Amino acid sequence: MLFGPDMDDRITTILNDTLDAIAGAGDTAGLDAIRVATLGRKGSITLLMKGLGALDPQARRQAGQALNAAKNDLQSAIDRRREELDRERLEARLEAERIDVTLPERPASTGTVHPVSQATDEIIAILADLGFTVAEGPDIEDDWFNFGALNMPEEHPARQEHDTFYLPPVAGGTRPVLRTHTSPVQIRHMLENPPPIRIIAPGRTYRSDSDLTHTPMFHQVEGLVIDRDIHMGHLKGCLRQFVEAFFGVDDVPMRFRPSYFPFTSPSMEVDIGCSFSDNRLTIGEGAGWMEILGSGMVHPRVLANGGVDPEMWQGFAFGLGIDRLAMLKYAIPDLRGFFDADLRWLRHYGFRPLDVPTLYGGLTP
Amino acid sequence: MKLTLAWLKRHLETSASLDEIVATLNRIGLEVEGVEDRSRDLAPFTAARVVSAELHPNAERLRVCLVETADAEVQVVCGAPNARAGMVGVFAPSGSHIPGTGLDLKNTVIRGVESRGMLCSEREMGLSDEHEGIIELPDQTPVGTSFAAFAGLDDPVIDLSVTPDRGDCFSVRGIARDLAAAGLGELLPLDTAPWPGTYDSPLAIELDFAPGTEDACPAFLGRHFRGLANGSSPEWMRRKLEAVGLRPITALVDITNWLTLDIGRPAHIYDARKVSGPIGARLARPGEDFEALNGKAYETDDTMTVIFDSSGMLGLGGVIGGAGTGADETTSEGFLEIALFDPLRTAATGRKLNLVSDARQRFERGIDNAFAAESMEIATRLILSICGGEASHVVTAGNVPRSRKQLEMRPSRILTLGGIEITPARAEGILGDLGFDVRQAGDDLWCVDVPSWRHDMECEPDVIEEILRIHGFDAIPMATLPRPGGIPRDALSTGQKRLRRARRILAGRGLDEAVTYSFIASGRASMFGGGDDGLELINPISSDMSAMRPSLVPGLLEAAARNQARGLRDPGLFEIGPVYHGIADQKTAIAGLRTGRTGPRHWCGGDRDVDTFDAKADAMAVLDAAGVPIGRLDTTADAETWFHPGRSGILRLGPKALASFGEVHPDILRSLDVTGPAVVFELHLEALPRPRTRSPSRPDLHLSRFQPVRRDFAFLVDSHVPASRVLRAITGTARTLIREVDVFDRYTGSGIADGKVSLAVAVTFQPEEASLTENEIESLSERIVEAVRKRTGGILRAQ
Repeated sequence: MLFGPDMDDRITTILNDTLDAIAGAGDTAGLDAIRVATLGRKGSITLLMKGLGALDPQARRQAGQALNAAKNDLQSAIDRRREELDRERLEARLEAERIDVTLPERPASTGTVHPVSQATDEIIAILADLGFTVAEGPDIEDDWFNFGALNMPEEHPARQEHDTFYLPPVAGGTRPVLRTHTSPVQIRHMLENPPPIRIIAPGRTYRSDSDLTHTPMFHQVEGLVIDRDIHMGHLKGCLRQFVEAFFGVDDVPMRFRPSYFPFTSPSMEVDIGCSFSDNRLTIGEGAGWMEILGSGMVHPRVLANGGVDPEMWQGFAFGLGIDRLAMLKYAIPDLRGFFDADLRWLRHYGFRPLDVPTLYGGLTP
Repeated sequence: MKLTLAWLKRHLETSASLDEIVATLNRIGLEVEGVEDRSRDLAPFTAARVVSAELHPNAERLRVCLVETADAEVQVVCGAPNARAGMVGVFAPSGSHIPGTGLDLKNTVIRGVESRGMLCSEREMGLSDEHEGIIELPDQTPVGTSFAAFAGLDDPVIDLSVTPDRGDCFSVRGIARDLAAAGLGELLPLDTAPWPGTYDSPLAIELDFAPGTEDACPAFLGRHFRGLANGSSPEWMRRKLEAVGLRPITALVDITNWLTLDIGRPAHIYDARKVSGPIGARLARPGEDFEALNGKAYETDDTMTVIFDSSGMLGLGGVIGGAGTGADETTSEGFLEIALFDPLRTAATGRKLNLVSDARQRFERGIDNAFAAESMEIATRLILSICGGEASHVVTAGNVPRSRKQLEMRPSRILTLGGIEITPARAEGILGDLGFDVRQAGDDLWCVDVPSWRHDMECEPDVIEEILRIHGFDAIPMATLPRPGGIPRDALSTGQKRLRRARRILAGRGLDEAVTYSFIASGRASMFGGGDDGLELINPISSDMSAMRPSLVPGLLEAAARNQARGLRDPGLFEIGPVYHGIADQKTAIAGLRTGRTGPRHWCGGDRDVDTFDAKADAMAVLDAAGVPIGRLDTTADAETWFHPGRSGILRLGPKALASFGEVHPDILRSLDVTGPAVVFELHLEALPRPRTRSPSRPDLHLSRFQPVRRDFAFLVDSHVPASRVLRAITGTARTLIREVDVFDRYTGSGIADGKVSLAVAVTFQPEEASLTENEIESLSERIVEAVRKRTGGILRAQ
């Protein structure tokens, strides 16, 4: 007999046996089997529920409530046990997946930007803010652009100091030279652009000189400002602003020494105050002086050679050694490593590619 | 230019200290390169008397001396054979730095006897190599006398870097004049009164120039001397000459050297008995040669000015005298030449013959021509006072120019050019102190007579510079550069921006930026498409740096070879810089090189040999950053000869070549000592198309509501069919619908017939109007298969 007075006992027995089985289930497959055997289509509880219809209403209600309660108990026990098993399984997996995190990471392959490029970008960032734009000229120059137009005729004693590299004469023309300074860009720019002018021209320059402190190729940046009322006070002010921004030091001691360049008059060289100790240079303090640039008011003859009327326009020019500024700012002790491309040097003195110098974000990382 | 403080003070009455003088020199544009003050180094060393010198109890060759110094009696152990009681030597106390040995002296015990100082040899004092005995001073020298003062080494030497325009400051006199103008003292007068000659010069002089060439030597002055005693020059002169680096020779030669340095007046003295008059100047005759003072022979040409006598050429005017006619110890009759030589000719002669001399240096910068007669008188007084004898009347040929250059200047320009207010009185005073004469020539107009020694004054700003220079550049107030445009626009051109971006892109891709020389070995230039004779330097610094580079690749490969030779692994480098294809054909190139492995060996693996597609990716990254539409590029397999012919290519936009990439040819690697694999790319900024738009606005963005669909195909194609043709065939079937085509596998080998290759391609369709149905996808796939078959002969292997 399917149903009888022992109905409650039977339900209780099934419930207790099954709860024991659930608690003892070792994996989800076992748990599934228990669920099928009790709550599945042919499970013991399901079969009992199917048999309820044969009972009288009183007994049916009573047995139905008992069965439903048992079913709910079993279902939640199964769900709980399933969660437990899932968590145990995940924990086991995580434990099994443990690795040695002290192993080295995958190598990143970030390269570097050369200090000459970085210094050039810094110089441009500063002077662009003062309204300078970047002009260019060729490395192989005509004698006239490099010397003649700059008030250095053939026999000029200043030419001897330039240690010029020459190329074979061209038909009907002068002897081409490797530009000894960036100043020919002044002439090229003036001939093509009417004043007012405010340019800088960074680039390679060449002199036939090679020793501890000279390389036959080096980098300069030329500056040229032509307007109606530009005077030496502007030159000094502009250079001071530049130097303080570039070195990031306020009130750098600066010395403006009269000098001579054929293409400027008056001419001056500029030194900055610095100190040496332990073979390191500190800008802005101490008793020493370091020459960093040549400058002056553009010579009227140079203006005329550039097609600019010296009675109406005047202005200043300056020439900075980029390599030397880089050495000073980044404490690079000598020039020899600059053009050797030794990986150790490049990685030590080079800059990360995203360290783009700007005035708002800082010139130096 | 070197001078000593005492020498300066022969011309400048001053109470200024050495430091003040140095600071003033720098301030007025006479840059001080260095000051050598030997009296500072030698300060501890004083005269000391040896009271007793007993034999050392434990050493045969040593003596134990009791030495009387200014402070105390000191016991010194001394090894010198000449150490003896009563002598006066040079004492160095313990603690002093010995200049000759570089050692710091300490109290010591020598073989059991204490020694508290040292008696010095010349070598220990850094004076000579003499080390046989200790220095002996005259017996009457007072104990405690400074050795530096005794030896005349207490005169500081100032080394000046004189700019080439300041010929006048290649003399002590000129420097003193500038310092006096700067307020540092009084310029002392020179005695230039004519010396009365007592006889007529037996040697006549003449100038022999064809019309039009007289400017080579406009004037020649001479004076005969007899009864001379040409011994050594006096100590005051010798010490100063030595201090500035000149070796004293004989009095007459020293006097001419002195004149050159003292008043900037080169002069020459002949032994009058070795020349036969007349003496004169003319241009050289063809093929004329001579032996110079320096012992070398020189051949002249007809642009050079020579000094001659009846026997022929004696010397090169303004450059160097001849051997054989100069004065020596036996000279009793001399002939002094004071002549004017043209700066340009002198410079050209010196340059052609590669002859540098103190005389040339001064003549080519310009000497004070108007001072010729006065110079003759100064020289005469020196010769007579040092060598005795008597002087003839002066003989002269040509004319000493007396006219002075005149310039106009507007006093208002001091403010408008110099940016500083200086009163007219002050400005005029400065010019006067410098030897200028100023006349008012109108309202705001001065007429300025330039002194005969200032060849650098050419225009108004030059005169203004003089006023500012002496007044002080430091006094010019700083002014802020006006910014008329407000916030500045772009400082960089499109090309400059592209270069900057390329630099940081490539560094971001793991390459280190190199800067290598613009010149390389000629043979290497030829390997890379260069080697044009027109781009060979005439005067290279070495044969490795003789040809302007046609490409960045050789420089990068050489750099890689250097790094490999130093044991540095896998150099990956790039450079951005000029290359040269003609005198007027310079381009800006961008090139990158990768060698070896993609990275270090690592426990997770993943590293591999670099290959052509790394270089291609670098090139694409640069082109993409430059705004080139890289989706439209074609690749052709016809790169330059320095590439591996089968593993290189050119990226083209239409027919236009933009960049080359690929493996470097093995012959090139061998010849440049590079260990492969090595891959490079190179492109020229100038070849890149201009950006199509400068507008910052982007095209409209369409986001489809429908999901993209991906289908994979594997085609079997002939192995010589370029993959790009297969991809183009696929894309061409439905340009708007096909969004991406990727090659995800390329396979040859087992299961694939020889000469065939299997290309697996993933195609992404992006519908815009409605979702694609299975039928539509099926029909698209069939069209793709058919297009590939028709265009490439490839057949579908799997889908």
